[in-house]
Amino acid sequence: MDTTQSLRTRRLSDFKTTLADRIIVIDGAGGTVFQDHALVEDNFRAERFSNTGIDLRGNYDILNLTQPSLVSSVHESYIKAGADIITTNTFSSTQIAQSEYQMDEHVQEMNYVGASLAYEVVRLAEERDGRVRWVAGSLGPTNKTASMASDVNNPGQRDVSFNELKSAYEMAALGLLEGGVDILLLETITDTLNAKAAIVGIENAKNKIGLAAEIAPLIISGTVIDQSGRTLSGQTLQAFWISLRHANAVAFGLNCSLGHSGMKRHIAELSRLIPVPTIAYPNAGLPNEFGEYDESPEEMSGALKEWAEESLLNIVGSCCGSNPEHTRAIVDAVRGLKPRPLVAENLSSLSLAGLDVLHI
Amino acid sequence: MECEDLVIPVTTDRLATFINIGERTNVTGSARFRRLILGGDYETALEIARQQVLSGAEILDVNMDEGLLESAEVMQAYLQLLGSEPDIARVPIMLDSSDWNVIRAGLMCIQGKSIVNSISLKEGEVDFLAKAREARSFGAAIVVMAFDEAGQAETAEAKFRICERSYNLLRSELDFPATDIIFDPNIFAVATGIPEHNDYASAFIESLKEIKKHLPGVRTSGGISNVSFAFRGNNVVREEMHAVFLYHAIPAGLDMAIVNAGALPLYGDIPEILRTAVEDVILNKDISSGEKLLEIAQNFSSSERRTEIVDLAWRNEDVETRIVYALVHGHDDYIVEDTKSILTTVGNALDVIEGPLMNGMNEVGDLFAQGKMFLPQVVKSARVMKKAVAYLEPFIEPRGDDGVFTIPKIVLATVRGDVHDIGKKIVGVVLECNGYDVIDLGVMSPAQSIIDTALEQNAVAIGLSGLITPSLKEMEYVATEMTKQNLTIPLLIGGATTSKAHTAVQIAPKYDGTTLYIPDASRAPSAMSRLLSLESASSFSAEIKDEYESIRATHSARRARGLRYSISAARESPYPLNPVGAPFVPNFQGIQVFPDQPLDELVERIDWTPFFKTWDLAGTFPQILSDDIVGDQARELYTDALEMLKKISDEKWLVSKGVLGIWPAAKRGDDVDIFSPNVELDNPNDQRLGTIHTLRQQTSRDRGKDENWALADFVRQSEFGLGAPADYIGAFAVTSGIGEEKQMAIFEDALDDYSAIMLSALSDRLAEAFAEYLHERVRKEYWGYSPAESLSNEELIAEVYAGIRPAPGYPALPDHTEKQVIFDLLDVTNSIGIELTSSYAMAPNASVCGLYVFHPQARYFGVGYVERDQIEDYAVRKGLAVKEVEYWLAPNLNYDPERYE
Repeated sequence: MDTTQSLRTRRLSDFKTTLADRIIVIDGAGGTVFQDHALVEDNFRAERFSNTGIDLRGNYDILNLTQPSLVSSVHESYIKAGADIITTNTFSSTQIAQSEYQMDEHVQEMNYVGASLAYEVVRLAEERDGRVRWVAGSLGPTNKTASMASDVNNPGQRDVSFNELKSAYEMAALGLLEGGVDILLLETITDTLNAKAAIVGIENAKNKIGLAAEIAPLIISGTVIDQSGRTLSGQTLQAFWISLRHANAVAFGLNCSLGHSGMKRHIAELSRLIPVPTIAYPNAGLPNEFGEYDESPEEMSGALKEWAEESLLNIVGSCCGSNPEHTRAIVDAVRGLKPRPLVAENLSSLSLAGLDVLHI
Repeated sequence: MECEDLVIPVTTDRLATFINIGERTNVTGSARFRRLILGGDYETALEIARQQVLSGAEILDVNMDEGLLESAEVMQAYLQLLGSEPDIARVPIMLDSSDWNVIRAGLMCIQGKSIVNSISLKEGEVDFLAKAREARSFGAAIVVMAFDEAGQAETAEAKFRICERSYNLLRSELDFPATDIIFDPNIFAVATGIPEHNDYASAFIESLKEIKKHLPGVRTSGGISNVSFAFRGNNVVREEMHAVFLYHAIPAGLDMAIVNAGALPLYGDIPEILRTAVEDVILNKDISSGEKLLEIAQNFSSSERRTEIVDLAWRNEDVETRIVYALVHGHDDYIVEDTKSILTTVGNALDVIEGPLMNGMNEVGDLFAQGKMFLPQVVKSARVMKKAVAYLEPFIEPRGDDGVFTIPKIVLATVRGDVHDIGKKIVGVVLECNGYDVIDLGVMSPAQSIIDTALEQNAVAIGLSGLITPSLKEMEYVATEMTKQNLTIPLLIGGATTSKAHTAVQIAPKYDGTTLYIPDASRAPSAMSRLLSLESASSFSAEIKDEYESIRATHSARRARGLRYSISAARESPYPLNPVGAPFVPNFQGIQVFPDQPLDELVERIDWTPFFKTWDLAGTFPQILSDDIVGDQARELYTDALEMLKKISDEKWLVSKGVLGIWPAAKRGDDVDIFSPNVELDNPNDQRLGTIHTLRQQTSRDRGKDENWALADFVRQSEFGLGAPADYIGAFAVTSGIGEEKQMAIFEDALDDYSAIMLSALSDRLAEAFAEYLHERVRKEYWGYSPAESLSNEELIAEVYAGIRPAPGYPALPDHTEKQVIFDLLDVTNSIGIELTSSYAMAPNASVCGLYVFHPQARYFGVGYVERDQIEDYAVRKGLAVKEVEYWLAPNLNYDPERYE
């Protein structure tokens, strides 16, 4: 595929122009759609992994290798729903997360193929209707955290080191970048230190393949755990922003966790605070007692429309529990509404952060 | 302790004008910190960080540059521990090292945005830019020293030139954000006797002006203590030099400095003669300034001198000032006289209390909050206040208005079944110092009397305290009752076994009003004022509710984590006791009573460190007596303690009694059977005196080394089948609290909280010393397995001897009800007069009981969380219902018994 520097530069500049022009819609969850297909263990394994010792059911990222046409069809369904950004099916495609399934040696391939599948769907769509869409390479938080102990009796203990995270993200990013993603989406961040390791890993990956730092920029999206608006690792939203400011993210925001009702005031806070575009893609409500998300496309898009009207949004979409119907409803809801104007950056003080912020 | 707290309630995002960077977490700057780190005592080293934050440090400078250390590893280990303490981790870190590897190691474990201290052009431009680039990829700000290939800049001009060159490189080569650059143009020592050094301080100050003028966006910093290096040994003069230096450097553009925030005098407080001399030196006014200061310095060589001068002065002030002075300094000699005199001018006793007296106490509260006063001083202030109020009481009459005494009331109580109340008394005193009327219901307070008192007195809050784990359940009960009886006032929770996690998960959901965990006395006043404030009460309550909600969510997620073993699997990997050799046959078997233990043998065995901790003074004895921050206060407290010990002994305030027993024993499963000394092997079970039930670890701390210990593992089991003695075990109970109640009443009548708390703290220490003393005699004589042992008190405290004395209710033996077994075996209540409460607390509370396990491999450990399968098995062994076991072991359950099915 043609992912030369000049093509990448052009696609990125289109992205930035569009971002200034209107609200961009990012697609919804893949997992929910996969679940509708009632996949069984054999579907996850296909022939290639028929002899693997560990069950692969639930490892949706492996479908990139074993059911590529299914993955493409999910992307296609979001294209049809009107999404501008298609997210790769690679949320858990890091060595750290995949080691649970003993699939860690396939990580780079999973990312490469995941990116290629999404890019191909986007390319064909553009051929059809001439409209540009973008591919965001998903990088999830992994299942380990670098700044918290998992053993309460041993507060100095850590399950994973900065360097382990850094190389895991570097490998994932290599696959995604070579597969042609336009943007890297560092999402569902629970621990800022994990994200910092990812940033260094991504920087290394770009250096390795000779990609300029500003190509395939980052979208950074964290997740807050409660109404106090702190991350799982204890930072305030502003501390979270300041700690990751150096990554020059092209958009910064929140996803997952609380659903739109719980997320609104945090997005409102960020939108007052940050000099870059915001991104918000909440879950379709909170899980009910059966662990299902049951917020309808109408409810969700109605709420997000209000956010847009209050000028909180630059990029919007949905997360866990959503499907292409949610995306379609969101596209309709924000159509024609103005994107949030950016606030000026505070260039007069030195901002530092522990769990809280200190401006000097 | 059971669960680290994830988030803290107060957000302190702020824009600061001048920043104090805490300097004590620096092995090159603090001898104490260096000692602790070298000794591997990271926990106490963390307390230094906490103390720094409490006394106003807004950034912590962490430095591990010490030849004997693997500095990079130590930096990581310390920062990771620090990262788990939200009240410390809330502030940003300054990573301080001359070794880039150490800085990089530090950057890898901090989630926030830190400062790298430092880089410079010393090794050339390539090295400088590489380090700056790396710092940037971690998002850190950088301190740049005025140092280049030719060396450190000394003149103002050279300092500025190097900074300017660094600035241009960073901006043009890396587009480094100007606001993330902090220049440190080198502070060197002045008045060293070398004329070239005289201008160093002034050059620094001048260079600040140039930097701020020509290098837009940057900040400046410096390490202040260098400037006074010539006066080391004379802290008075050094501190005054720092104050004067800052007084001039801050307006010139200094944004932050590494200083000991607790030890800075106010510029205006410095005696003028000294100030002028210091100022001349700092600003290099004339060539002989240094010599003049040296001369004057001799008159200010110790802090006593300063106090003395002031001491003579304060009686000449007006009466209102004298009252405030007496309260702040804890002087009670003149307080009645002064109160009397002010009453004649003010006329109304209530106005005296709410005016001058409360003004003084407010100042005490403020100084305490700022870390400028320590707890023992606050308690002394309270004593002065109480004396004044006691004098005024007969004169109190309703004023013209509503006639209502406007001071808000708080009900404090140690819950039913618990007898510990030192901490609660201290909270009471601190609250009184902050303008609250505290109604202390004492110990063993039933829920209903707490609620009734709160209603009758129209209290604004209830505070519950407890030390033993069953009290946690009782607190939950009080909360439930408060809801049933429609109370809505705030409920404060504190005491040694309480925790934010327990409060959030178990207590708060049972109460409709606001429930708040108070980690130590110093937090109580600010929490109360926020809870009662008209503006912030509802938002603060909402904040707490949200925070506790998140703790509950995290807690339930956390419980399921970690590698767990079923009890049968855990039993397959017990502690591998060395089976070689027969047990050591004790010299003595049976029971021995000590009806009146002489105190002098106990005094020399006192472990003083916890005594200081009771008073919120952090540090290890005896080093604490010379500590930079709390040393003065610690010495004063220690002197008072020794004085009281002499009275305790001379006037027989306290009697100490003890009892011990040693018997044949054998492990049976996770239990230990205890037999009569003349047991016969063919029918041992007839002579079984009792059984100790122990719990086994079901989690593994270190992956790869999966051993699951139970205390029973340290006792041998019979080779010939179960049920025959194969080893020995001992038990003991001691008290030093007999007579305490009587003496306590005398102090309380005299309104002397300071002495009352002191007596409690000392009787506690004596009981612990008694336990230590008895254990030593057991090792040397009664059991006699180490007759030649000769250990210093420090070694005894560090427990370098063989064998352990685990106590029920502590981590190796968490079930408090096992005390009953010991009490039955030794007939404790009849022989020495200690009683067990309904919650298995011992009364008097200065009592200790436990087991003697002598095996040389025996050691202390924590059972940790246990699973339902073990609880069911344990209930059968103890002959109790599962529900009852779950009640007593609630803090140790790795499941929610209410939801277990």
